[in-house]
Amino acid sequence: MLQNIAIGQYVPGQSFLHRADPRSKLLFIVLFATLVFLGNNTITHSILIGFTLFTILLSRLSFTYILKSLKPVWFLILFTVILHIFMTKGGTVYYQWGSFTIEEQGVRQAIFISIRLGLLILFSSLLTLTTSPMDLTEGLERLLRPFGRIGVPVHEIALMMSIALRFIPTLMEETDKIIKAQTARGADFTSGNLVRRAKNLIPIAIPLFISAFRRAEELALAMEARGYRGGVGRTRLNKLQFTWRDVAIAVVAAALTFVIWWWRT
Amino acid sequence: MKPENLLTFSDVTFSYDGEEGQRVKVLKGVDLSIAKGSFVSVLGHNGSGKSTLAKLMNALLLPEGGKILVSGVDTKDGEMIWEIRRHVGMVFQNPDNQIVGATVEDDVAFGLENMGVDPKEMRNRIDEALLSVGMEKYALAQPYRLSGGQKQRVAIAGIMAMRPSVIILDEATAMLDPQGRQEVMHLARRLNREEGITVVNITHFPEEAIDSDRVIVMENGEVLMEGHPAEVFSQVDRLQQAGLDVPFVVRVRHELIAKGYDLPFELHQEELVEHLCRLLLTR
Repeated sequence: MLQNIAIGQYVPGQSFLHRADPRSKLLFIVLFATLVFLGNNTITHSILIGFTLFTILLSRLSFTYILKSLKPVWFLILFTVILHIFMTKGGTVYYQWGSFTIEEQGVRQAIFISIRLGLLILFSSLLTLTTSPMDLTEGLERLLRPFGRIGVPVHEIALMMSIALRFIPTLMEETDKIIKAQTARGADFTSGNLVRRAKNLIPIAIPLFISAFRRAEELALAMEARGYRGGVGRTRLNKLQFTWRDVAIAVVAAALTFVIWWWRT
Repeated sequence: MKPENLLTFSDVTFSYDGEEGQRVKVLKGVDLSIAKGSFVSVLGHNGSGKSTLAKLMNALLLPEGGKILVSGVDTKDGEMIWEIRRHVGMVFQNPDNQIVGATVEDDVAFGLENMGVDPKEMRNRIDEALLSVGMEKYALAQPYRLSGGQKQRVAIAGIMAMRPSVIILDEATAMLDPQGRQEVMHLARRLNREEGITVVNITHFPEEAIDSDRVIVMENGEVLMEGHPAEVFSQVDRLQQAGLDVPFVVRVRHELIAKGYDLPFELHQEELVEHLCRLLLTR
Protein backbone atom coordinates (compact mmCIF):
# COMPACT_ATOMS: atom_id res chain seq x y z
CA MET A 1 0.00 0.00 0.00
CA LEU A 2 2.94 2.32 0.47
CA GLN A 3 4.81 1.52 -2.71
CA ASN A 4 2.57 3.67 -4.88
CA ILE A 5 3.52 7.18 -3.90
CA ALA A 6 5.67 8.48 -6.69
CA ILE A 7 6.89 11.79 -5.29
CA GLY A 8 10.50 11.61 -4.26
CA GLN A 9 11.10 8.39 -6.15
CA TYR A 10 13.68 9.13 -8.76
CA VAL A 11 13.67 6.76 -11.74
CA PRO A 12 17.11 6.83 -13.36
CA GLY A 13 17.11 7.29 -17.11
CA GLN A 14 18.77 8.98 -20.06
CA SER A 15 15.86 10.90 -21.59
CA PHE A 16 15.90 14.56 -22.56
CA LEU A 17 14.21 15.43 -19.29
CA HIS A 18 16.62 13.38 -17.22
CA ARG A 19 19.61 15.10 -18.71
CA ALA A 20 18.37 18.68 -18.63
CA ASP A 21 19.80 20.96 -15.95
CA PRO A 22 17.72 20.90 -12.74
CA ARG A 23 17.81 24.68 -12.61
CA SER A 24 16.01 25.04 -15.91
CA LYS A 25 13.53 22.35 -14.90
CA LEU A 26 12.80 24.16 -11.63
CA LEU A 27 12.40 27.51 -13.32
CA PHE A 28 10.20 25.93 -15.94
CA ILE A 29 7.90 24.51 -13.29
CA VAL A 30 7.51 27.91 -11.69
CA LEU A 31 6.59 29.33 -15.10
CA PHE A 32 4.28 26.40 -15.82
CA ALA A 33 2.44 26.88 -12.53
CA THR A 34 1.88 30.52 -13.44
CA LEU A 35 0.65 29.59 -16.91
CA VAL A 36 -1.70 26.98 -15.51
CA PHE A 37 -3.42 29.68 -13.50
CA LEU A 38 -3.32 32.17 -16.37
CA GLY A 39 -5.18 29.75 -18.61
CA ASN A 40 -8.89 30.43 -18.30
CA ASN A 41 -10.68 28.78 -21.19
CA THR A 42 -11.06 25.46 -22.98
CA ILE A 43 -8.36 26.19 -25.55
CA THR A 44 -5.65 27.14 -23.07
CA HIS A 45 -6.47 24.17 -20.87
CA SER A 46 -6.36 21.82 -23.84
CA ILE A 47 -2.99 23.24 -24.84
CA LEU A 48 -1.67 22.72 -21.31
CA ILE A 49 -3.00 19.16 -21.15
CA GLY A 50 -1.46 18.44 -24.55
CA PHE A 51 1.83 19.91 -23.44
CA THR A 52 1.86 17.85 -20.26
CA LEU A 53 1.19 14.66 -22.22
CA PHE A 54 4.01 15.56 -24.60
CA THR A 55 6.37 16.10 -21.64
CA ILE A 56 5.39 12.75 -20.16
CA LEU A 57 6.22 11.10 -23.50
CA LEU A 58 9.54 12.95 -23.48
CA SER A 59 10.42 11.54 -20.09
CA ARG A 60 10.07 7.97 -21.47
CA LEU A 61 8.53 6.88 -18.18
CA SER A 62 5.57 4.57 -17.95
CA PHE A 63 2.32 6.49 -18.15
CA THR A 64 0.56 4.54 -15.43
CA TYR A 65 3.50 4.99 -13.09
CA ILE A 66 3.25 8.76 -13.40
CA LEU A 67 -0.53 8.72 -13.00
CA LYS A 68 -0.02 7.01 -9.67
CA SER A 69 1.40 10.27 -8.36
CA LEU A 70 -2.15 11.64 -8.49
CA LYS A 71 -3.36 9.04 -6.03
CA PRO A 72 -2.53 10.82 -2.78
CA VAL A 73 -4.23 14.03 -3.96
CA TRP A 74 -7.44 12.47 -5.32
CA PHE A 75 -9.24 13.50 -2.21
CA LEU A 76 -8.11 17.10 -2.46
CA ILE A 77 -9.19 17.31 -6.09
CA LEU A 78 -12.55 15.73 -5.33
CA PHE A 79 -13.07 18.09 -2.43
CA THR A 80 -12.41 21.22 -4.49
CA VAL A 81 -14.61 19.89 -7.29
CA ILE A 82 -17.53 19.40 -4.91
CA LEU A 83 -16.95 22.78 -3.33
CA HIS A 84 -16.98 24.54 -6.69
CA ILE A 85 -19.98 22.68 -8.05
CA PHE A 86 -22.12 23.73 -5.12
CA MET A 87 -20.71 27.12 -4.22
CA THR A 88 -19.87 28.85 -7.50
CA LYS A 89 -22.92 30.45 -9.08
CA GLY A 90 -23.63 31.95 -12.49
CA GLY A 91 -24.80 30.94 -15.93
CA THR A 92 -27.47 28.38 -16.75
CA VAL A 93 -28.99 26.52 -13.83
CA TYR A 94 -28.56 22.81 -14.47
CA TYR A 95 -30.28 21.47 -11.40
CA GLN A 96 -32.38 22.92 -8.66
CA TRP A 97 -33.60 21.47 -5.41
CA GLY A 98 -34.97 24.07 -3.04
CA SER A 99 -32.36 26.77 -2.48
CA PHE A 100 -29.72 24.37 -3.66
CA THR A 101 -28.50 24.74 -7.26
CA ILE A 102 -25.85 23.49 -9.60
CA GLU A 103 -25.01 26.14 -12.17
CA GLU A 104 -22.92 26.39 -15.32
CA GLN A 105 -20.10 28.44 -13.79
CA GLY A 106 -19.78 25.99 -10.94
CA VAL A 107 -19.32 22.99 -13.22
CA ARG A 108 -16.93 24.95 -15.42
CA GLN A 109 -14.82 26.06 -12.46
CA ALA A 110 -14.85 22.57 -11.00
CA ILE A 111 -13.50 21.10 -14.23
CA PHE A 112 -10.87 23.78 -14.66
CA ILE A 113 -9.67 23.61 -11.08
CA SER A 114 -9.32 19.84 -11.15
CA ILE A 115 -7.40 20.05 -14.44
CA ARG A 116 -5.11 22.69 -12.96
CA LEU A 117 -4.42 20.75 -9.78
CA GLY A 118 -3.90 17.54 -11.74
CA LEU A 119 -1.49 19.18 -14.17
CA LEU A 120 0.51 20.79 -11.37
CA ILE A 121 0.85 17.51 -9.49
CA LEU A 122 1.75 15.61 -12.66
CA PHE A 123 4.33 18.18 -13.63
CA SER A 124 6.00 18.38 -10.28
CA SER A 125 6.15 14.61 -9.95
CA LEU A 126 7.71 14.55 -13.42
CA LEU A 127 10.41 16.76 -11.98
CA THR A 128 11.13 14.48 -9.04
CA LEU A 129 10.88 11.37 -11.21
CA THR A 130 13.46 12.58 -13.70
CA THR A 131 15.79 14.49 -11.38
CA SER A 132 17.92 12.80 -8.76
CA PRO A 133 17.33 14.32 -5.32
CA MET A 134 20.95 15.44 -5.24
CA ASP A 135 20.64 17.29 -8.55
CA LEU A 136 17.38 18.78 -7.42
CA THR A 137 18.75 20.19 -4.20
CA GLU A 138 21.87 21.37 -5.91
CA GLY A 139 19.71 23.15 -8.48
CA LEU A 140 17.71 24.76 -5.70
CA GLU A 141 20.83 25.72 -3.84
CA ARG A 142 22.26 27.40 -6.91
CA LEU A 143 19.02 29.17 -7.76
CA LEU A 144 18.57 30.45 -4.23
CA ARG A 145 22.21 31.39 -3.70
CA PRO A 146 21.57 35.13 -4.11
CA PHE A 147 19.33 34.97 -1.02
CA GLY A 148 22.31 33.73 0.99
CA ARG A 149 23.59 37.28 1.03
CA ILE A 150 20.60 38.47 2.99
CA GLY A 151 21.07 35.78 5.60
CA VAL A 152 18.95 32.91 4.25
CA PRO A 153 20.68 29.61 5.18
CA VAL A 154 20.53 28.29 1.61
CA HIS A 155 23.04 25.46 2.01
CA GLU A 156 21.39 24.15 5.16
CA ILE A 157 17.94 24.20 3.58
CA ALA A 158 19.22 22.35 0.52
CA LEU A 159 20.95 19.75 2.67
CA MET A 160 17.84 19.27 4.79
CA MET A 161 15.81 18.70 1.65
CA SER A 162 18.23 16.22 0.18
CA ILE A 163 18.39 14.25 3.43
CA ALA A 164 14.61 14.23 3.68
CA LEU A 165 14.38 12.91 0.13
CA ARG A 166 17.10 10.35 0.73
CA PHE A 167 15.26 9.01 3.78
CA ILE A 168 11.82 8.71 2.19
CA PRO A 169 12.37 5.15 0.91
CA THR A 170 14.02 4.10 4.18
CA LEU A 171 11.15 5.43 6.28
CA MET A 172 8.60 3.91 3.88
CA GLU A 173 10.15 0.50 4.38
CA GLU A 174 10.11 1.09 8.08
CA THR A 175 6.43 2.11 8.06
CA ASP A 176 5.62 -1.04 6.14
CA LYS A 177 7.43 -3.10 8.75
CA ILE A 178 5.66 -1.36 11.63
CA ILE A 179 2.27 -1.85 9.99
CA LYS A 180 2.99 -5.54 9.58
CA ALA A 181 4.26 -5.82 13.14
CA GLN A 182 1.16 -4.09 14.52
CA THR A 183 -1.14 -6.13 12.31
CA ALA A 184 0.51 -9.27 13.64
CA ARG A 185 -0.37 -8.04 17.13
CA GLY A 186 -4.00 -7.71 16.14
CA ALA A 187 -4.23 -4.07 15.08
CA ASP A 188 -6.80 -3.30 12.42
CA PHE A 189 -6.14 -0.47 9.99
CA THR A 190 -8.77 -1.11 7.37
CA SER A 191 -12.13 -0.97 9.11
CA GLY A 192 -14.10 1.48 11.21
CA ASN A 193 -15.02 5.08 10.53
CA LEU A 194 -12.62 7.90 9.75
CA VAL A 195 -11.98 8.92 13.37
CA ARG A 196 -11.35 5.34 14.35
CA ARG A 197 -8.96 4.82 11.49
CA ALA A 198 -7.08 8.01 12.32
CA LYS A 199 -6.78 6.81 15.89
CA ASN A 200 -5.47 3.49 14.68
CA LEU A 201 -2.60 5.29 13.00
CA ILE A 202 -1.13 6.32 16.34
CA PRO A 203 0.57 2.97 16.96
CA ILE A 204 2.27 3.43 13.58
CA ALA A 205 3.21 7.08 13.98
CA ILE A 206 4.82 6.82 17.41
CA PRO A 207 7.35 4.07 16.66
CA LEU A 208 8.07 5.72 13.33
CA PHE A 209 8.84 9.06 14.95
CA ILE A 210 10.98 7.53 17.66
CA SER A 211 13.02 5.70 15.10
CA ALA A 212 13.27 8.78 12.89
CA PHE A 213 14.74 10.72 15.79
CA ARG A 214 17.23 7.96 16.46
CA ARG A 215 18.18 7.86 12.80
CA ALA A 216 18.64 11.62 12.77
CA GLU A 217 20.96 11.45 15.73
CA GLU A 218 23.06 8.70 14.24
CA LEU A 219 23.19 10.36 10.85
CA ALA A 220 24.37 13.63 12.40
CA LEU A 221 27.13 11.73 14.16
CA ALA A 222 28.13 9.93 10.96
CA MET A 223 28.19 13.21 9.05
CA GLU A 224 30.37 14.81 11.67
CA ALA A 225 32.69 11.81 11.65
CA ARG A 226 33.14 12.39 7.93
CA GLY A 227 34.18 15.96 8.48
CA TYR A 228 30.93 17.82 7.79
CA ARG A 229 31.17 21.41 8.97
CA GLY A 230 28.55 23.37 7.07
CA GLY A 231 28.56 24.85 3.61
CA VAL A 232 31.69 26.99 3.83
CA GLY A 233 34.60 25.70 1.78
CA ARG A 234 32.60 22.78 0.45
CA THR A 235 32.99 21.59 -3.13
CA ARG A 236 30.53 19.53 -5.15
CA LEU A 237 31.09 16.39 -7.18
CA ASN A 238 28.83 17.28 -10.05
CA LYS A 239 29.02 20.87 -11.16
CA LEU A 240 25.86 21.90 -12.96
CA GLN A 241 26.30 22.92 -16.55
CA PHE A 242 23.79 24.41 -18.97
CA THR A 243 23.67 22.62 -22.33
CA TRP A 244 21.70 22.87 -25.56
CA ARG A 245 18.86 21.11 -23.74
CA ASP A 246 18.44 24.09 -21.47
CA VAL A 247 18.41 26.45 -24.42
CA ALA A 248 15.66 24.28 -25.91
CA ILE A 249 13.72 24.44 -22.65
CA ALA A 250 14.03 28.22 -22.60
CA VAL A 251 12.70 28.47 -26.17
CA VAL A 252 9.80 26.12 -25.39
CA ALA A 253 9.03 28.15 -22.26
CA ALA A 254 8.89 31.37 -24.26
CA ALA A 255 6.71 29.77 -26.93
CA LEU A 256 4.32 28.27 -24.39
CA THR A 257 3.98 31.58 -22.55
CA PHE A 258 3.21 33.33 -25.83
CA VAL A 259 0.62 30.75 -26.88
CA ILE A 260 -1.17 30.78 -23.54
CA TRP A 261 -1.13 34.57 -23.43
CA TRP A 262 -2.53 34.72 -26.95
CA TRP A 263 -5.42 32.33 -26.38
CA ARG A 264 -6.50 33.31 -22.91
CA THR A 265 -9.59 35.45 -22.63
CA MET B 1 62.51 -1.37 15.19
CA LYS B 2 59.41 -0.80 17.25
CA PRO B 3 56.38 0.01 15.10
CA GLU B 4 55.10 3.52 15.31
CA ASN B 5 51.99 4.09 17.40
CA LEU B 6 49.12 5.62 15.53
CA LEU B 7 46.71 5.98 18.42
CA THR B 8 47.72 6.42 22.03
CA PHE B 9 45.37 6.63 25.00
CA SER B 10 46.96 7.64 28.28
CA ASP B 11 44.86 7.42 31.43
CA VAL B 12 41.69 8.40 29.56
CA THR B 13 38.53 8.89 31.58
CA PHE B 14 35.07 9.70 30.31
CA SER B 15 31.64 9.95 31.88
CA TYR B 16 28.21 11.10 30.87
CA ASP B 17 25.10 12.27 32.69
CA GLY B 18 22.91 9.39 33.73
CA GLU B 19 19.16 9.45 33.73
CA GLU B 20 18.92 10.48 37.36
CA GLY B 21 21.39 13.33 37.06
CA GLN B 22 24.34 11.41 38.40
CA ARG B 23 27.60 11.04 36.50
CA VAL B 24 28.13 7.62 35.01
CA LYS B 25 31.75 6.69 34.52
CA VAL B 26 32.17 4.94 31.19
CA LEU B 27 35.95 4.87 30.98
CA LYS B 28 38.02 4.66 34.12
CA GLY B 29 41.57 5.41 33.13
CA VAL B 30 42.25 3.58 29.88
CA ASP B 31 45.83 3.16 28.66
CA LEU B 32 46.36 1.66 25.27
CA SER B 33 48.20 2.13 22.04
CA ILE B 34 47.52 0.93 18.54
CA ALA B 35 50.43 0.33 16.22
CA LYS B 36 50.44 1.60 12.66
CA GLY B 37 49.37 -1.03 10.13
CA SER B 38 47.97 -3.43 12.71
CA PHE B 39 44.58 -5.10 12.90
CA VAL B 40 43.22 -4.73 16.40
CA SER B 41 39.96 -6.10 17.75
CA VAL B 42 38.24 -4.60 20.75
CA LEU B 43 35.90 -7.00 22.50
CA GLY B 44 33.44 -6.26 25.25
CA HIS B 45 29.76 -6.63 25.99
CA ASN B 46 27.23 -3.81 26.03
CA GLY B 47 28.14 -1.01 28.39
CA SER B 48 31.80 -1.96 28.62
CA GLY B 49 32.78 1.38 27.14
CA LYS B 50 33.98 0.07 23.80
CA SER B 51 31.77 2.35 21.68
CA THR B 52 32.83 5.39 23.71
CA LEU B 53 36.38 4.33 23.00
CA ALA B 54 35.64 4.49 19.27
CA LYS B 55 34.08 7.94 19.41
CA LEU B 56 37.04 9.27 21.38
CA MET B 57 39.39 8.11 18.63
CA ASN B 58 38.22 10.66 16.08
CA ALA B 59 37.30 13.49 18.39
CA LEU B 60 33.54 12.95 18.19
CA LEU B 61 33.92 12.91 21.96
CA LEU B 62 36.71 14.53 23.93
CA PRO B 63 38.25 12.85 26.98
CA GLU B 64 37.37 14.15 30.40
CA GLY B 65 40.76 13.31 31.81
CA GLY B 66 43.92 11.99 30.24
CA LYS B 67 45.12 12.39 26.72
CA ILE B 68 44.52 10.86 23.31
CA LEU B 69 47.08 11.25 20.56
CA VAL B 70 46.32 10.52 16.90
CA SER B 71 49.62 10.40 14.97
CA GLY B 72 51.05 12.59 17.70
CA VAL B 73 48.22 15.16 17.58
CA ASP B 74 46.10 15.74 20.68
CA THR B 75 42.39 15.29 19.90
CA LYS B 76 41.68 18.31 22.10
CA ASP B 77 43.49 20.50 19.60
CA GLY B 78 40.50 22.27 18.04
CA GLU B 79 42.39 23.35 14.94
CA MET B 80 43.40 19.83 14.00
CA ILE B 81 39.97 18.28 14.47
CA TRP B 82 39.16 18.01 10.74
CA GLU B 83 42.56 16.56 9.98
CA ILE B 84 42.01 13.97 12.73
CA ARG B 85 38.60 13.04 11.35
CA ARG B 86 40.08 12.62 7.90
CA HIS B 87 42.77 10.31 9.30
CA VAL B 88 40.42 8.28 11.45
CA GLY B 89 37.47 6.99 9.46
CA MET B 90 34.50 5.45 11.23
CA VAL B 91 31.95 2.90 10.12
CA PHE B 92 28.89 2.74 12.36
CA GLN B 93 26.53 -0.04 13.26
CA ASN B 94 23.40 0.82 11.31
CA PRO B 95 24.12 0.87 7.58
CA ASP B 96 21.01 2.93 6.80
CA ASN B 97 21.80 5.72 9.19
CA GLN B 98 25.21 6.67 7.89
CA ILE B 99 24.53 7.02 4.20
CA VAL B 100 23.96 10.65 3.26
CA GLY B 101 23.98 10.50 -0.52
CA ALA B 102 21.07 9.53 -2.76
CA THR B 103 23.38 7.42 -4.92
CA VAL B 104 26.40 5.35 -3.99
CA GLU B 105 28.70 7.76 -5.79
CA ASP B 106 27.16 10.82 -4.11
CA ASP B 107 27.66 9.20 -0.77
CA VAL B 108 31.30 8.38 -1.38
CA ALA B 109 31.72 12.00 -2.46
CA PHE B 110 30.27 13.40 0.79
CA GLY B 111 33.49 13.29 2.81
CA LEU B 112 35.51 14.68 -0.09
CA GLU B 113 33.03 17.52 -0.56
CA ASN B 114 33.42 18.37 3.10
CA MET B 115 37.17 18.52 2.64
CA GLY B 116 36.79 20.82 -0.34
CA VAL B 117 38.51 18.51 -2.82
CA ASP B 118 38.55 19.65 -6.46
CA PRO B 119 35.73 17.94 -8.47
CA LYS B 120 38.16 16.41 -11.00
CA GLU B 121 40.34 14.91 -8.29
CA MET B 122 37.14 13.80 -6.53
CA ARG B 123 36.09 11.77 -9.57
CA ASN B 124 39.38 9.83 -9.54
CA ARG B 125 39.28 9.20 -5.83
CA ILE B 126 35.68 7.97 -5.91
CA ASP B 127 36.39 5.52 -8.72
CA GLU B 128 39.48 4.32 -6.90
CA ALA B 129 37.63 3.91 -3.59
CA LEU B 130 34.71 2.04 -5.16
CA LEU B 131 37.13 -0.25 -6.93
CA SER B 132 38.96 -0.99 -3.70
CA VAL B 133 35.75 -2.16 -2.01
CA GLY B 134 34.49 -3.95 -5.13
CA MET B 135 31.39 -1.75 -5.55
CA GLU B 136 32.37 -0.08 -8.83
CA LYS B 137 29.38 -1.60 -10.64
CA TYR B 138 27.00 0.11 -8.22
CA ALA B 139 28.32 3.68 -8.56
CA LEU B 140 24.93 5.03 -9.65
CA ALA B 141 22.75 2.68 -7.61
CA GLN B 142 20.44 3.96 -4.90
CA PRO B 143 21.72 2.90 -1.47
CA TYR B 144 18.40 1.61 -0.14
CA ARG B 145 18.36 -1.08 -2.81
CA LEU B 146 21.66 -2.57 -1.63
CA SER B 147 22.13 -5.34 0.90
CA GLY B 148 23.43 -4.58 4.39
CA GLY B 149 26.91 -5.83 3.57
CA GLN B 150 27.01 -3.74 0.40
CA LYS B 151 25.89 -0.63 2.30
CA GLN B 152 28.71 -1.09 4.78
CA ARG B 153 31.15 -1.51 1.93
CA VAL B 154 29.90 1.78 0.48
CA ALA B 155 30.46 3.39 3.88
CA ILE B 156 34.00 2.02 3.86
CA ALA B 157 34.52 3.38 0.33
CA GLY B 158 33.42 6.81 1.57
CA ILE B 159 36.17 6.63 4.13
CA MET B 160 38.79 5.16 1.80
CA ALA B 161 38.26 8.05 -0.61
CA MET B 162 39.45 10.40 2.15
CA ARG B 163 42.74 8.47 2.32
CA PRO B 164 42.63 7.64 6.03
CA SER B 165 45.32 5.95 8.05
CA VAL B 166 42.93 4.06 10.30
CA ILE B 167 39.42 2.68 9.90
CA ILE B 168 37.35 2.06 13.00
CA LEU B 169 34.54 -0.44 12.62
CA ASP B 170 32.18 0.42 15.46
CA GLU B 171 30.13 -2.80 15.58
CA ALA B 172 29.84 -2.44 11.84
CA THR B 173 28.82 -6.07 11.43
CA ALA B 174 26.32 -6.27 14.28
CA MET B 175 23.26 -5.70 12.10
CA LEU B 176 24.37 -7.79 9.13
CA ASP B 177 23.52 -11.32 8.11
CA PRO B 178 26.36 -13.88 8.16
CA GLN B 179 27.17 -13.28 4.52
CA GLY B 180 27.29 -9.49 4.93
CA ARG B 181 29.45 -9.91 8.01
CA GLN B 182 31.87 -12.04 6.06
CA GLU B 183 31.98 -9.52 3.19
CA VAL B 184 32.84 -6.66 5.52
CA MET B 185 35.43 -8.58 7.55
CA HIS B 186 37.05 -9.89 4.38
CA LEU B 187 37.28 -6.37 3.01
CA ALA B 188 38.70 -4.97 6.26
CA ARG B 189 41.41 -7.66 6.29
CA ARG B 190 42.30 -7.00 2.67
CA LEU B 191 42.56 -3.23 3.17
CA ASN B 192 44.75 -3.88 6.20
CA ARG B 193 47.05 -6.26 4.35
CA GLU B 194 47.20 -4.67 0.92
CA GLU B 195 46.78 -0.97 1.55
CA GLY B 196 48.41 -0.83 4.96
CA ILE B 197 45.33 0.67 6.62
CA THR B 198 45.22 0.24 10.37
CA VAL B 199 41.94 -1.39 11.38
CA VAL B 200 40.29 -1.20 14.78
CA ASN B 201 37.35 -3.59 14.87
CA ILE B 202 35.02 -3.04 17.79
CA THR B 203 32.76 -6.03 18.11
CA HIS B 204 31.08 -8.53 20.34
CA PHE B 205 31.65 -11.46 18.02
CA PRO B 206 34.78 -13.25 19.32
CA GLU B 207 34.99 -15.07 15.97
CA GLU B 208 35.95 -11.81 14.26
CA ALA B 209 38.92 -11.35 16.56
CA ILE B 210 40.65 -14.64 15.75
CA ASP B 211 42.81 -13.33 12.95
CA SER B 212 43.70 -9.96 14.41
CA ASP B 213 47.17 -8.94 15.46
CA ARG B 214 45.95 -7.94 18.88
CA VAL B 215 42.84 -8.27 20.98
CA ILE B 216 41.81 -5.76 23.62
CA VAL B 217 39.08 -6.87 26.01
CA MET B 218 37.09 -4.12 27.69
CA GLU B 219 35.14 -4.69 30.85
CA ASN B 220 33.36 -2.07 32.91
CA GLY B 221 35.31 0.89 31.56
CA GLU B 222 38.72 -0.70 31.89
CA VAL B 223 41.05 -2.79 29.76
CA LEU B 224 40.61 -6.29 31.17
CA MET B 225 42.99 -8.17 28.90
CA GLU B 226 45.22 -7.34 26.02
CA GLY B 227 47.43 -9.35 23.73
CA HIS B 228 47.65 -11.80 20.86
CA PRO B 229 44.36 -13.64 20.22
CA ALA B 230 45.92 -16.92 21.33
CA GLU B 231 46.98 -15.42 24.67
CA VAL B 232 43.64 -13.79 25.32
CA PHE B 233 41.39 -16.61 24.25
CA SER B 234 43.36 -19.22 26.17
CA GLN B 235 41.99 -17.66 29.36
CA VAL B 236 38.51 -19.02 28.78
CA ASP B 237 37.35 -18.90 32.40
CA ARG B 238 38.38 -15.32 32.88
CA LEU B 239 36.59 -14.23 29.70
CA GLN B 240 33.46 -16.12 30.62
CA GLN B 241 33.45 -14.52 34.04
CA ALA B 242 33.41 -11.15 32.30
CA GLY B 243 30.32 -12.33 30.44
CA LEU B 244 32.11 -12.76 27.14
CA ASP B 245 32.00 -15.60 24.73
CA VAL B 246 35.07 -17.22 23.21
CA PRO B 247 35.40 -18.46 19.62
CA PHE B 248 33.62 -21.73 18.96
CA VAL B 249 36.85 -23.65 18.39
CA VAL B 250 38.30 -22.51 21.70
CA ARG B 251 35.09 -23.44 23.51
CA VAL B 252 34.99 -26.91 22.01
CA ARG B 253 38.58 -27.58 23.01
CA HIS B 254 38.00 -26.17 26.49
CA GLU B 255 35.08 -28.48 27.09
CA LEU B 256 36.85 -31.50 25.64
CA ILE B 257 39.80 -30.88 27.94
CA ALA B 258 37.44 -30.70 30.88
CA LYS B 259 36.26 -34.16 29.81
CA GLY B 260 39.84 -35.43 29.93
CA TYR B 261 40.97 -35.26 26.31
CA ASP B 262 44.37 -33.90 25.48
CA LEU B 263 44.26 -31.23 22.79
CA PRO B 264 46.65 -28.39 21.93
CA PHE B 265 45.32 -24.81 21.83
CA GLU B 266 43.98 -23.79 18.44
CA LEU B 267 42.08 -20.80 17.06
CA HIS B 268 41.08 -22.14 13.68
CA GLN B 269 38.55 -24.77 12.93
CA GLU B 270 40.61 -26.69 10.35
CA GLU B 271 43.43 -27.28 12.80
CA LEU B 272 41.14 -28.41 15.56
CA VAL B 273 39.44 -30.81 13.17
CA GLU B 274 42.87 -32.17 12.24
CA HIS B 275 43.73 -32.78 15.89
CA LEU B 276 40.39 -34.39 16.54
CA CYS B 277 40.82 -36.75 13.59
CA ARG B 278 44.26 -37.70 14.77
CA LEU B 279 42.91 -38.30 18.25
CA LEU B 280 40.22 -40.51 16.83
CA LEU B 281 42.75 -42.55 14.83
CA THR B 282 45.22 -43.06 17.67
CA ARG B 283 42.67 -44.13 20.19
